Amino acid sequence: MMEEALFQPTLVSERPRIEIRFNGTPLEVPAGTSVAAALLVSGVAQFRTTPVGRSSRAPWCMMGVCFDCLLEIDGKPNVQGCMTAVKENMDVRTQWGAARYE
Amino acid sequence: MCVPNGAQHAMNNGSDTQLQGHVDVAVIGAGPAGMAAATVCAEHGLNVAILDDQATPGGQIYRGITLASRKMREVLGPDYCAGDALVAPLLDGRINYMPDTAVWEVTRDKTLHLTQGGRSSSLQADYVVLSTGAMERPFPIPGWTLPGVMTAGAAQILLKTAGATAMGPVILAGCGPLLYLLAAQYLAAGTQIAAVVDTTGWSDYWRALQDGRGAASDISSLAKGLKLLRTIKKAGVPFFTNASNLEATGDDRVREFKFTSGGKVHCLAANVLLLHHGVVPNTQFTWSLRAPHEWSEQQLCWLPKTNAVGELDGASGIFVAGDGAAIIGAQAAAQHGRLIGIEISGRAGRLSAGARDEEVSRLNRRLNKTRQFRRFLDALYRPKAAHRVPADDVIVCRCEEVTAGALRNHVALGCLGPNQAKSFSRCGMGPCQGRQCGLTVTELIATVRGVEPATVGYFRVRPPVKQVTLGELAEE
Amino acid sequence: MSTDVVDCLVIGGGLVGASVAYGAAKSGASTLLLDEGDAAVRASRGNFGLVWVQGKGDGLPVYAAWTRQARLMWTDFAAELLADTGVDVQLRETGGYWFGFSDEEMEQRQAMLQPLWDQGGVPFQMLDYSDLKARVPRIGPAVVGGSFCPLDAHVNPLRLLHALHKGMTQAGTRLINGAPVQDLAWDDGIFTATVGTATYRARRVVLAAGLGNRKLAPMLGLHAPVVPNRGQILVTERLQPFLASVTNKARQTEEGSVQLGSTEEDVGYDDRTTLPAMKALARRGVQTFPLLANAKLVRAWGALRVMTPDGFPIYEESAECPGAFIVTCHSGVTLSALHCKRISAWILGNEVNPDSTRAFSSGRFSKGEPA
Repeated sequence: MMEEALFQPTLVSERPRIEIRFNGTPLEVPAGTSVAAALLVSGVAQFRTTPVGRSSRAPWCMMGVCFDCLLEIDGKPNVQGCMTAVKENMDVRTQWGAARYE
Repeated sequence: MCVPNGAQHAMNNGSDTQLQGHVDVAVIGAGPAGMAAATVCAEHGLNVAILDDQATPGGQIYRGITLASRKMREVLGPDYCAGDALVAPLLDGRINYMPDTAVWEVTRDKTLHLTQGGRSSSLQADYVVLSTGAMERPFPIPGWTLPGVMTAGAAQILLKTAGATAMGPVILAGCGPLLYLLAAQYLAAGTQIAAVVDTTGWSDYWRALQDGRGAASDISSLAKGLKLLRTIKKAGVPFFTNASNLEATGDDRVREFKFTSGGKVHCLAANVLLLHHGVVPNTQFTWSLRAPHEWSEQQLCWLPKTNAVGELDGASGIFVAGDGAAIIGAQAAAQHGRLIGIEISGRAGRLSAGARDEEVSRLNRRLNKTRQFRRFLDALYRPKAAHRVPADDVIVCRCEEVTAGALRNHVALGCLGPNQAKSFSRCGMGPCQGRQCGLTVTELIATVRGVEPATVGYFRVRPPVKQVTLGELAEE
Repeated sequence: MSTDVVDCLVIGGGLVGASVAYGAAKSGASTLLLDEGDAAVRASRGNFGLVWVQGKGDGLPVYAAWTRQARLMWTDFAAELLADTGVDVQLRETGGYWFGFSDEEMEQRQAMLQPLWDQGGVPFQMLDYSDLKARVPRIGPAVVGGSFCPLDAHVNPLRLLHALHKGMTQAGTRLINGAPVQDLAWDDGIFTATVGTATYRARRVVLAAGLGNRKLAPMLGLHAPVVPNRGQILVTERLQPFLASVTNKARQTEEGSVQLGSTEEDVGYDDRTTLPAMKALARRGVQTFPLLANAKLVRAWGALRVMTPDGFPIYEESAECPGAFIVTCHSGVTLSALHCKRISAWILGNEVNPDSTRAFSSGRFSKGEPA
């Protein structure tokens, strides 16, 4: 990630780190945080594109009422990143437009 | 596919429902109001369940408190630790505390439909306490949907749950105690703030000071507020006042923040822009119950109609506690929760009428003082009209990307209210179901039509209040 | 308040009223439409969007032919709406499927559809599971077979309403919103409608007020035995396209959301949703399209159909007050083009074959019909 991250993990140096993947790239993130928080401190600034206008979105509210943090998590589309805790080996991907279910 | 003829009294809870349990009291939301209500009821021997969609208790104000380090508590400030005493009873076994549980419908006969770990179930209660608290008021300015533009509350959640602070240049904009609190917390965490852009100006101070009694009713809160502002100024943070014409610009994320202040146009580089101009009650459940709501000109939002003990108008046994009923702040929310807990315990025969009345009166007296002070705060930090009803090219509905201009056109075509506007534009039909656009839509239509918001009304809110999969629903 | 007398006063601005007003105004009649407002029952807002022909007319074969004609007019109608208003109502002429989940259901379906082809000209094809799977790849194994009708189609009903409103106002219809009609009178060939302190006068009146027609009809010597019939619908989040054709119980909209419907309940004016119905709709949806098991439900709603005793429309001119007409149905989308062209012509006295509406008069209900 070439650009500056939106957030940095200032106060959790003592937490254990776990590994998740974002669009295939491994990321080391603090355990016990939401997927949204983990991505924000790892330099991710685009979580999804909107189905209507293909606009880039990232979290707005962090409390589950805006649905801008939707991601594909472990194969499930349109999951709210701010309401999901990170887990070891979690596979997280950008939510491109509308959900696809198989 | 036909459902057999329903009786004249079609209830939302048909005989088909598998009831997986019964409790005396079901509390929705583990913030200060919910925790206090649940605790009081449990203390009086009632069987209580408290359901919360987060993984740990505390609501938003005490978010992350069970995991907060000493350093975190220092940064967040002394008021945060008040949450400890409220949380403790949830963890000692006398209350059935259900985290990671989303309630997707509450019916008038007090059946709750929940989803937990991908499985749906239901719970029947004799009393329901809706304590879903507040959420940030939508802040529709140009560019508010750009990545990197977030609410001040979101920044606090990131701080509380992940110890994370924004990377610079960070700008805080808007007005209200939460904005200044965040600034102070960031300074305590060692984060540099590029600017605080305050929309409060002389006319706001003037309006607020008309209510001198209100200001004087809580001197300690007043002093706390002034101290916050002094902290920010002492740290040398560039502080702009009476700001207007707010605009976030950028390509695929926010790059700059423009505003007018002191007669000049300013253009500051921004990596993260944190907006806030107040919080509003989260009324999804009360609307979905079809309870009557009143438009509050003071708080510029809808308030569910309740009686003096917080019971929802026309829905016996369903109470609304804390900020979900009207914005009163965390401390008062706990008192309000306590009051409702006392009322329920009295109704359930666990407390004499005399003792109940005395405690309810005592708490109401304290709450009335808070309400007095709140009038002053609401006057001082009244969100600006331009940030409630924006210009044509500003997005109103984030989910469906509907602009203010599109909505104005629909009103011109004859849309009298939000539901007609919704059917013409899809505004309010996305996953957030009107949470981020509802207030804007009501006020926009009212402004264009030249009538009161109360005349315009609000979106029709339907279940599910939280999303549930079709598979889950089929298996419930 | 005006002393002008318009040619045509339409009461009710839903799909039926707006279609009629659009047609009347375009043919040169001075038209006024009075609409109740945002909080009214508004059947048109709760619409599935089907332009549906197969199965229509079971019990009244002339209705099968009527529906077929309405459908054939739709192709040009959609183009006309686009040209007049710039609104694309997204007519998708895909053909439509009905799915059966047992051999018995399949037999009953075929037996029902055959006479409608023979007498009403509505073609259909019975398909077994493997035929269906080739055309609708995402169906699940619980589906035994289905019926297909090439005439069925779907459209965006909210866009249609928007287009009709735009079209009618552009053609000169005067629209007054928030105007519930309290009283109707007829005197010496002129009708007067009262809304509060305002009165409106017209040479012809069209009652297109849906369930509101019950109260209005007797004022002008008409009979509107309509009752509410609740339909509950589930709506999902937007999904990537997987279902281009329309089915009578499931439809994927242009935006990608999937609608699952619907119930038929006799519960008065109660438009709430119920858990048993929601569960049943979800189950059926997942049985039909297993991929929907993980799709999220965003909203469930109920709406009230305007139902006549036999489910077929009522088109009638008042004998007592000639010039007063009633137009009511619960298929406002399917019949929209026909209402716009032929019904408005009938009302204005320009219909080539005025007897075609005779089958739909309220006289077909016996005197003792439950009202």
